[in-house]
Formats: sequence, C-alpha cells, structure tokens
Amino acid sequence: MRSVSIIGAGMTKFGEHWDASFRDLIVEAGVKAVTDAGVAGKDLQAIYGGCMASGRFIGQEHIGALIADQLGLNPLPSTRLEAACASGSVALRAGYMAVASGMYDVVAVGGVEKMTEVSTEEAAIALGGAGDQEWELFNGATFPALYALMAQRHMLEYGTTEEQLASASVKNHANGVHNPYAQFQRAITIDDVMNSGYVATPLKLLDCSPITDGAAAVILCASERAKEFNDTPIEIAGSGQASDTLALANRSTLTAIPATTIAAKQALSQAKVDIKDIDLAEVHDCFSIAEIMAIEDLGFFKKGTGGKASADGETAIGSKIPINTSGGLKACGHPVGATGVKQVIELYWQLRGEATNRQVDGAEIGLAQNVGGSGATAVVHVLKRY
Amino acid sequence: MRNLLPLIWRKIPERYNLIGSRDEETGKEYFPQRKISPAVRRRGKLVDHPMPRDGTIYSYSLVHSAPTGFEVESPYFIAIIELSNGVRILSQLVDSPAERVKMGAKVKLVFRKIFEDEAEGAIAYGYKFKVVQ
Repeated sequence: MRSVSIIGAGMTKFGEHWDASFRDLIVEAGVKAVTDAGVAGKDLQAIYGGCMASGRFIGQEHIGALIADQLGLNPLPSTRLEAACASGSVALRAGYMAVASGMYDVVAVGGVEKMTEVSTEEAAIALGGAGDQEWELFNGATFPALYALMAQRHMLEYGTTEEQLASASVKNHANGVHNPYAQFQRAITIDDVMNSGYVATPLKLLDCSPITDGAAAVILCASERAKEFNDTPIEIAGSGQASDTLALANRSTLTAIPATTIAAKQALSQAKVDIKDIDLAEVHDCFSIAEIMAIEDLGFFKKGTGGKASADGETAIGSKIPINTSGGLKACGHPVGATGVKQVIELYWQLRGEATNRQVDGAEIGLAQNVGGSGATAVVHVLKRY
Repeated sequence: MRNLLPLIWRKIPERYNLIGSRDEETGKEYFPQRKISPAVRRRGKLVDHPMPRDGTIYSYSLVHSAPTGFEVESPYFIAIIELSNGVRILSQLVDSPAERVKMGAKVKLVFRKIFEDEAEGAIAYGYKFKVVQ
C-alpha cells in the first residue's frame, strides 16, 4: 500500500439552505475542493460520494452518477456509499483504499445531505433508518431514545450527570462561534441546555445535533505526487472501520461503542502513533452522550471519566485534548452524509494552520471518529502533517 | 399505503410469542431469531426457543418527542429489558407508574397493540412490558 494525502478541501456552510438544492450543494463543495487542490478535470480518475438517505429526503437515488453529471465529470466512475451517519467516512475510506492500492492517483471524495425539504417528522423517520427498523423503530424507539438509553446506563454505572453531558454541547457551541461554516455560531450555557426541554430523558433538545443541509469534499492524491499540486498536503496515515449489531439491545454494552475502539486501534496502529500523540480530534457528537463515550472509547480518558473531563474543560481548545474544534455535529451541524468528510476537512485546516480563531497551536496529528447509527458502524482516520 | 400485512404475519412467532433462537452447540440464546450463530460464525445448531417473559429494566427513557404513529401515547417509556436468561430486548413499558420505573425494576411481558397503520391499514400487535411489584 502507498501513502495517500489530502491535497484540497471545500465545503458549503452547514445550515438550512432554503435557496440551494441538493445539486447546488454538491457543486459548491466539489468546485471549492477541486479549486483548492489545483487539479483539473483531466487529473481526476474516480469519485466516491457519501449520502445516507437522499431517497427519503429528496426522492433521489443514484447519487454517484448525479455527482459526476453535475460536476461535468462524466465518464469518471462515480460511486455512492452509505453507512448511515458514517456515510462520509466510508466514502473517504473507499477513496483512500483506491489510491493506496495503486489503482488511481487522484480521486475526489464527497459527502452530502439535504435534510430540510421534508418535515421534522419525516426527517426523524429517515434518520431512524440508521437503527433497527424491525426491532427498535417498530416498538416506538426514536433515534434520540437509543442514545438516551445509553446515557441513562452511563449515568448509573459511572455517576455521569446531566450537567456533565450538557458541558459537551456548551463547549461545542463555544467552538462553533469561531467557525464561519457552522450552523450555530453562538455560545450557549449549561442552563440553556438544562432548560431546553426533554426529547427523551435524560437528553434534552440542546443535547441533540440539528437537522442540517450541507456538502463537503476533499481531493485525495498518492503522496508521491501530492506536491505537484500542494505545498502542504496532509497524509491520511491510518484508516480503521468496524461494525457491530444493528440493534442497540443486542450489543455487549450500552456505555461504550466497541466498534469505535476497534477502528481506532486499526487506524492508530497503521499510523504508528499512540493516542497520546494526537493533538486534536473531531468526534461523533450526534448527542452529547456520544461525545462523552467517544473520548473514552478512543482512549483519551478512562472509561467512566469522560463526563467529568468534559465538565472540567479538558476537551476545550488550549486544554488537554481539543475535541470538535469545528463545533462538532452539535454546533457545526450534521448533514448526515457530509459529516464524516467535514470532520477530516476540519483536521486538514487545523494541521495546515488555517483554522483562524479556533486554531490549535502546533497541531501535527489529528483524529476523526465517525459513527453510523447507534454504533453499528464506526470509522476512524488519523491525519498527519509532514 | 404500505402493505404491512406480510411483515406483520412473518413476525408473529417472535412478536406474539417471543420465540427466539437457541444454539444447541454453544447454549447461547438470541432474540430476535437468527439464521447464523454469531458466536461460531456458521449455522450451528440453531433451534426455535421461547424466551422467558420476565426480566428487569436494564435501561429506560421517557420519550417526549414521539415518532409518527405513537403521538397519542407521548410521553411514554422505552426500555431495554434484560430477560431472566440474560437476553436483552427493546420494548415499550406500559401500565407502569413513573415512580416504579427504575433501573433494575422487575417487569413482565404483556400483549398489546403496538400501532395502527393509517385508517384502513393493518394493526400491529406485539410485546410490551410492565413493572411488577
């Protein structure tokens, strides 16, 4: 396998894009990434796109072909990949493997979701498909309820409090203030979260990531050719992915996402780095409890201490390990298919020193963790400046 | 309109009677039913096996924001029940006053309507659990 680097990145602002279609979002992110990389159409050899539920959201499937068509890149091979909220990361991994294998030198990877063209109820049904339709949704479970069941168990086993959960949302909003691409660029307080009303106890509205439109794209290149296009390419030094049972009830534990730990071990081992070497991480905070579990499952904090670490400010920029400098899914927004790609774009900017007011000083190694469903898919990438 | 009838009909043994699977080789039990035994990664000797109808609350949540089809019941309890054989299943809790819904509380299976599929659609029945004193 050969080394693969990111040589360009681009994304739309995340938010409610009433004035932009699914196609408009793809074109904006795609053109920005291609322009940033300085590649021409003739350089690109394949496209990999992550999208979770376009059929439910806009009635459109066959997204691979649509991307190539709208970007004027026919007849390039173009493939859509889906792993619920981890769709963007599995697309990235497919592009990564295609270049690492030597099959292609330069490929485009994107993620997109247009979620605001249906009612909130319809969106909830589409997102519910990330869980187990026959044994969870059938019985009245909602997606927030699944994470609520994990949170309740985490609170029982480790004494985690609702205020500690809230601290993850508060920190992510504080980071979102400095990200011009974020859906919510305003700070919130613990009280705001605590008073935001229960969605599924113990999770409240501000423990939950929002419904978002957005697209994100990166250009990957064999590292041996990367400097033809870019002075400061960022290497994808490790890539890991693992699966677990679709239904939460069938898992070995409710207080961890074991697939995260497995995927992280693969990615870190491949990158030849220890978790202690990571300078910052983008983790999958679809709900506040998901961030608490992620920072434990990845090994930044001992199991059961994530809530306290978060409340003590150890995940803020300038602290022990900055988590979700982009604002995370909570404040930056969560267009499900685009999130995995957005996470690595944030790392790409951070490792190049381009993250402006939210820059982590001296960042050289970053990690992205993206989860599908309630933990049935987890994908981890390690990025390195070189 | 969706045609839910075949789906509901196929699931009658599991949803009405809580029939899961038992692997005669490993002794492991599963719900819902499986065709492949995950512990050995092959078919193994899986046979239909009834699950116990009692257990305890392993985790629960009071759902305020209900999905389509469940609005009239909101707020309602969703729980993961650990059956007395150790198998966990997700279910609604019914007929259980909030003060009795606690981690570890004893529950038993009851047969209930789950939802109606639109005005002239099928009615889905299945298991729910209630807290016992």
